[in-house]
Amino acid sequence: MRAVVAVIGKDTVGILAKICTICAESNANVMDVTQTIMQDLFAMTMLIDISKCEAHYTELADKLTKAGEEMGLQIHVMHEDIFNAMHRI
Amino acid sequence: MVLNSNDILETIKMIQEENLDIRTITMGISLLDCIDSDIDKSCTKVYDKMMRLACNHVKTGEDIEKRYGIPIINKRLSVTPIAMLAAAAKGSPVKFAQTLQKVADETGVNYVGGYSALVHKGFSAGDRELIESIPEALSVTTKVCSSVNVGSTRAGINMNAVALMGKIIKQASEATAKDHCFGAAKIVVFCNAVEDNPFMAGAFHGVGEADCVINVGVSGPGVVRSAIAKMPDATIDEIADTIKKTAFKVTRMGQLVGTEASRMLGVPFGIVDLSLAPTPAVGDSVAHILEEIGLESCGAYGTTAALALLNDAVKKGGVMASSRVGGLSGAFIPVSEDAGMIDAVNRGSLCLEKLEAMTAVCSVGLDMFVVPGDTPAEILSAIIADEAAIGMVNSKTTAVRVIPAIGMKEGETLEFGGLFGSGPVMSLNKFSPAKFISRGGHIPAPLQSLKN
Repeated sequence: MRAVVAVIGKDTVGILAKICTICAESNANVMDVTQTIMQDLFAMTMLIDISKCEAHYTELADKLTKAGEEMGLQIHVMHEDIFNAMHRI
Repeated sequence: MVLNSNDILETIKMIQEENLDIRTITMGISLLDCIDSDIDKSCTKVYDKMMRLACNHVKTGEDIEKRYGIPIINKRLSVTPIAMLAAAAKGSPVKFAQTLQKVADETGVNYVGGYSALVHKGFSAGDRELIESIPEALSVTTKVCSSVNVGSTRAGINMNAVALMGKIIKQASEATAKDHCFGAAKIVVFCNAVEDNPFMAGAFHGVGEADCVINVGVSGPGVVRSAIAKMPDATIDEIADTIKKTAFKVTRMGQLVGTEASRMLGVPFGIVDLSLAPTPAVGDSVAHILEEIGLESCGAYGTTAALALLNDAVKKGGVMASSRVGGLSGAFIPVSEDAGMIDAVNRGSLCLEKLEAMTAVCSVGLDMFVVPGDTPAEILSAIIADEAAIGMVNSKTTAVRVIPAIGMKEGETLEFGGLFGSGPVMSLNKFSPAKFISRGGHIPAPLQSLKN
């Protein structure tokens, strides 16, 4: 079971650190990170393994969204099934 | 499988900027086993059964929202047409409406549909009592929706019911005049009503359905519009193709959510309703899709053709994306709930006659339009009769949801707020159909051959 964390917003110090810490606290393993910085806009998509935190998955999603609000970033946490459903036949 | 970051960003953009959402997860509950000759006992059975099945409905919806990051705007319930319960029980059917309201309050759902009667061929026990109680039931409750089926392709149109519904709609509006005439916005008069519709106000749980099912209604006019906006020089068949592809993606999301909700609730999955349901939010308008296709304003000549293309392409794309398609499935054109339609009425490009023509090729019918408060009941009935005739002859569902704005005249605007938006009071043809409506009787079912 995997989920996608997408982060968009103004670049500041410690974005990746903060998100990874929250993931680690919930026992979610970070599998892949793609990150680009265009001028000062930070855009990142991260793939995390949630098979060990399935039960707390919604809590993790809440925590990440809240952390995003605190840092002035938009964070979307979405289960991978939605992308497979929408973009694969 | 490797996820493509373009797919990820496209999905996020659809949700974030183009208002893609699941419009509703509706749990349909059969109340046939709650029938009792004692109305109070019957209400208790209704309450117990609905609470047992639906207590986790809202929470499940919220969990799915978080899991997939998709907004699910409404969580609703639909029930067996209450006229069937009222047929056995003596006493005012309003008690059933109050029970449904209590369930809605305690489960946290947005609306409960099914304060309904099916009278396309005639009134049976309970039907007339229920219909006559609609104005009161809708004024003492806030979350109960009502629908009446007055015609079908196989049965014709019950003109006695049509005459009655004109009066009922007017009374419902008068009874809620202080509350923006909202009573009338909760009544739909159908021809060829479907049994598995998840959308309000016309949802009810048909007798041919399983005991309890989950139906899902998707939305996404903004996504379709923005896909078309990217192809300014495309031909019409290329546009149809793009709409199909977009509808496919949107419907797959609905299918996923429906399957997941049914698994979590332990209730069978019913259908996905492939609809383009607009909201008053900017960028979530069906009228804007038609304008993007190339009309200066919705209502211009060409609107009916563009809408026919849109409606058909949405179905073609959606059908492949879902294992079970049903409900109303098509583009909705509710005036007050669509920013583009409101603008079109205000700038004089969309009149009721054009709207009626549009209903012949799209999903439902004359929806959420506001007429002057002093409109006689027989004119409302005649509007219903015309719309039902379009549905009857074309073998499709049509409906009327008209709001007579008490105390308002043409050119004023009735504000509902929220998803219901605001409706400009539209002008009507004032010549009287009173004699036609007062005759009563029945329009025979149309011939199914010699189609011209």
